[in-house]
Amino acid sequence: MHFTKKLGIGAVAAAMSLSLAGTAQAVDLQFFFPVAVGGKAADTIEALTSEYAAANPDVKIDAVYAGSYQNTVTKALTAARGGQPPQLSVILSVDMFTLIEEEAIVAFDDLIKTDEDKAWLKAFYPAFMENSQTGGKTYGIPFQRSTPVMYWNKEAFKKAGLDPNTPPATWKELVEFGKKLTVKDASGNVTQWGVRIPSSGFPYWLFQGLTTENDVILANSDGNKTNFADPKVIEALQYLVDLSAKHKVMAPGIIEWGATPKAFFEGESAIMWTSTGNLTNVRDNAPFEFGVAMLPANKRRGAPTGGGNFYIFKDSTDAQKAASLDFIKWITAPKQAAKWSIATGYVAPRADAWETAEMKAYVADFPPALVARNQLEYAVAELSTYQNQRITSIFNDGLEAAITGKSSPEEAMNDAQQKADKILKDYR
Amino acid sequence: MGPTAKRTWIHAWLFLSPAMILLIAFTHYPAAVTLFHSFFSTPRGKREAKFVGLENYETLIADSTFWTVLVNNLWYALATIPLSIGIAIAMALWVDSKLKGRSFVRMAYFTPTVLPLIAVANIWMFFYTPGFGLIDQIRGAFGFAQQNWLGDPESALNAVIVVAIWKEAGFFMIFYLAALQTIPTSLREAAAIEGAGRWYFFRRVTFPLLMPTTLFVSVNAIINSFRLVDHIFIMTEGGPDNASSLLLFYIYETAFRFWDTAYASTLTVVLLLILFTVAIGQFLLLDKRVHYR
Amino acid sequence: MSAARAFRFDYDRALSTTAAWALALVWFAPLIYAVWTAFHPTEFSTRFVLTAPLTLENFAAAWNAAPFARYFLNTVLLVTSILIGQFVLCTLAAFAFARFEFRGRDTVFVLVLLQLLVMPDILIVENYRTMRFLGLVDTILAIGLPYMASGFGIFLLRQTFKTIPKELDDAARVEGAGFFTILMKVYVPLAKPTYLAYGLVSVSHHWNNFLWPLIITNSVETRPVTVGLSVFASTDQGIDWAVITAATLMTSGPLLIAFLLFQRQFVQSFMRAGIK
Repeated sequence: MHFTKKLGIGAVAAAMSLSLAGTAQAVDLQFFFPVAVGGKAADTIEALTSEYAAANPDVKIDAVYAGSYQNTVTKALTAARGGQPPQLSVILSVDMFTLIEEEAIVAFDDLIKTDEDKAWLKAFYPAFMENSQTGGKTYGIPFQRSTPVMYWNKEAFKKAGLDPNTPPATWKELVEFGKKLTVKDASGNVTQWGVRIPSSGFPYWLFQGLTTENDVILANSDGNKTNFADPKVIEALQYLVDLSAKHKVMAPGIIEWGATPKAFFEGESAIMWTSTGNLTNVRDNAPFEFGVAMLPANKRRGAPTGGGNFYIFKDSTDAQKAASLDFIKWITAPKQAAKWSIATGYVAPRADAWETAEMKAYVADFPPALVARNQLEYAVAELSTYQNQRITSIFNDGLEAAITGKSSPEEAMNDAQQKADKILKDYR
Repeated sequence: MGPTAKRTWIHAWLFLSPAMILLIAFTHYPAAVTLFHSFFSTPRGKREAKFVGLENYETLIADSTFWTVLVNNLWYALATIPLSIGIAIAMALWVDSKLKGRSFVRMAYFTPTVLPLIAVANIWMFFYTPGFGLIDQIRGAFGFAQQNWLGDPESALNAVIVVAIWKEAGFFMIFYLAALQTIPTSLREAAAIEGAGRWYFFRRVTFPLLMPTTLFVSVNAIINSFRLVDHIFIMTEGGPDNASSLLLFYIYETAFRFWDTAYASTLTVVLLLILFTVAIGQFLLLDKRVHYR
Repeated sequence: MSAARAFRFDYDRALSTTAAWALALVWFAPLIYAVWTAFHPTEFSTRFVLTAPLTLENFAAAWNAAPFARYFLNTVLLVTSILIGQFVLCTLAAFAFARFEFRGRDTVFVLVLLQLLVMPDILIVENYRTMRFLGLVDTILAIGLPYMASGFGIFLLRQTFKTIPKELDDAARVEGAGFFTILMKVYVPLAKPTYLAYGLVSVSHHWNNFLWPLIITNSVETRPVTVGLSVFASTDQGIDWAVITAATLMTSGPLLIAFLLFQRQFVQSFMRAGIK
């Protein structure tokens, strides 16, 4: 261990002298951004950065397309450990605690001086800021953010004798509508399911819609305590399980996330829950009229947020940090945020962005884009804790065990809570 | 050492050392250091790695996911090794016989070898998709209800095993095909004159003659049963509830998603132990049955 | 031979032909599906209607969605560098094992054979640490380096070299040739089928390798096609099989065609290399 440590320090020292040498006059910024697919999102980012660079000749921004969210955080952390972090990066909002624990990022409060800047910080939607703040400090600036919504097939609604313009608004209605929408053939095999809530990979995200609606929060804002065994969480899970086990309006077993839009297009399911990021996809490919609505309510309305934030890395000069902040302020300003949102389908993170002429025209042309924004009023922070990947993985395992009938919701959640406690007790 | 022996020794090492340096650097050294690191904690931010003795091993024994994954992997090995070898032999025999459309059949068997598993996994996922997937479309035509192959813990691992066998068998077939063509045709003619049935001929003549190939291929199959996890990334991500997770996939998750390198080292030690056991068994067997020396 | 026997024989044959074909269809199904889906509009990726219109749009979409040309170049560079490294290193080592009597040879050979089972693929954690120490993370060299000294390659070439009669190199030595000359002039040419067979195995293996490249690469400039495909396929937006199959065919097409054209030679080289 001594061996590796010593070498590590050597590498850091070497890298530091390098980066010091590189920052004499003009400010160089390296900016990592994740885009799972190239195309529009990547093009928009590149167009925006070059626009900024043109207006600020003393700043040079090197925008690096770093792959998926997973790749980006890995790459940024690895680089930070080696002493050569990017100056700024878009990384999942839920990775905040990991980045803090690694001492990789700085709080925006330490960089912000003027009242004007403070006002800027306050103008973001509070639902997005929940995942960006802890211990009274702001570590992330919302940018590439989303939230899950409900899509429904209007034709299927008509065929089932339902009003095609009224989506289910409550848990009870979801079951009632679901029963009418579940169609069987002569031999009793289901040809169309009522509802599809995908549960593969990261079931916790959509499930968090249900827990929020059941008026319970999954983790505290310090990120060191989870609430998985709460009766309200178990109740929400029971509801999810019952959709297939009891009411038989949803396919049994784990439902694949990736195949969900296709299943919707194919008429395999009449209602689907998925990210707002799918808006453009559904708009282009659904062979029928569809509607977009907020997730149905139970005790209240609710949904998690999702997606990525801007972070500023610690290991850079003051000039670089100031330039990074300036760039972030510029790119999240109304005009740029609107451009970004229209091109990608991500939710513009500030109210004033929705007031721009471009955005208004877009919304008038395509009203479903508004649903996600309106839902923000009820949205809460996406599940995020220290050791986030491991905790969500434990939680996912528990959800999957209950969904597939391996354990009861109660057993599964108690087990998940116990495992999470064991890991998080070191952080209290 | 005499002067000649010494010169030979120096010559031999001149030829050997480039390969040995890399071999040791990326196989033997990491294997040894893995064991070493399994006795330390994972460094995180402020906290440095410290010696924790057997703590990681205690975690391991208490970790129900580890046991699930271990059992899964043993079942994966137990199913993929004999099935892929059996199918490979059948394929080789068919392709070696006077089959109609032999070149197409051979090409078909061989395609999985060239297609990247990571890409084909997406296609298999479509086959397995409940409702509108290929398998369900076919089953539906016969009036069967839809089946969630990947989303049911009972079938997820088997669904993944099928893909692994599909990937491997055609590759192993090549080795058998080459071996079959070295079996003299006079043997078969003699057997035909004796009136020996095809099955009898296979059991008493072909199969024993293929034994060295089988041993060689089985080494490959064993490695693959611990190494071939690409499709899991796409098809199940180890789910539902780790029902289709395998050791190497769990090691990857632990090291590169959870950033718990010390525990990942501990898991790797288990994998190494399994492989060492196999290696010892295999070398003993190889030494006895096939003269490679 | 009685008529009954002959009849039974035919029945056997028919059964085995049917089984062989059935298996072939199953084995071929993913490729058939890929071709179908890639050349038809996306709404036909789950519906197999013969009247479906043909299109090349999926290829265009895949090509524009990710830098596949770069990924492809990376893979070619990777596979070539590994192949060259393996040929050089394994040839030298195999020659030493086949032709020199030296103390500790058997022990060292066992160390080499050990790599047949304990492959670098499973030592991802420590090898990543090593690459970080060497400053090689996110380079094509880092993907290939752990595989260049291949236990399998050394073993295979040693087996081949051992079958070459010693008289041949004795004769060369009488003429005053050094070890290296003998290796290059006598051994390497005679082992051509082995090189071909091993080269094909190596290329197909590393072309399709995924886990280690996934871990060690972070950028477009180093990512091979397998990792590129996985980044491309895993989106929030769900799976678009039409575009994914197009990308798959595009990236493995050259390899696929080469192997299909040369499969006969492939098997023959295995036979002549004595891999059995």
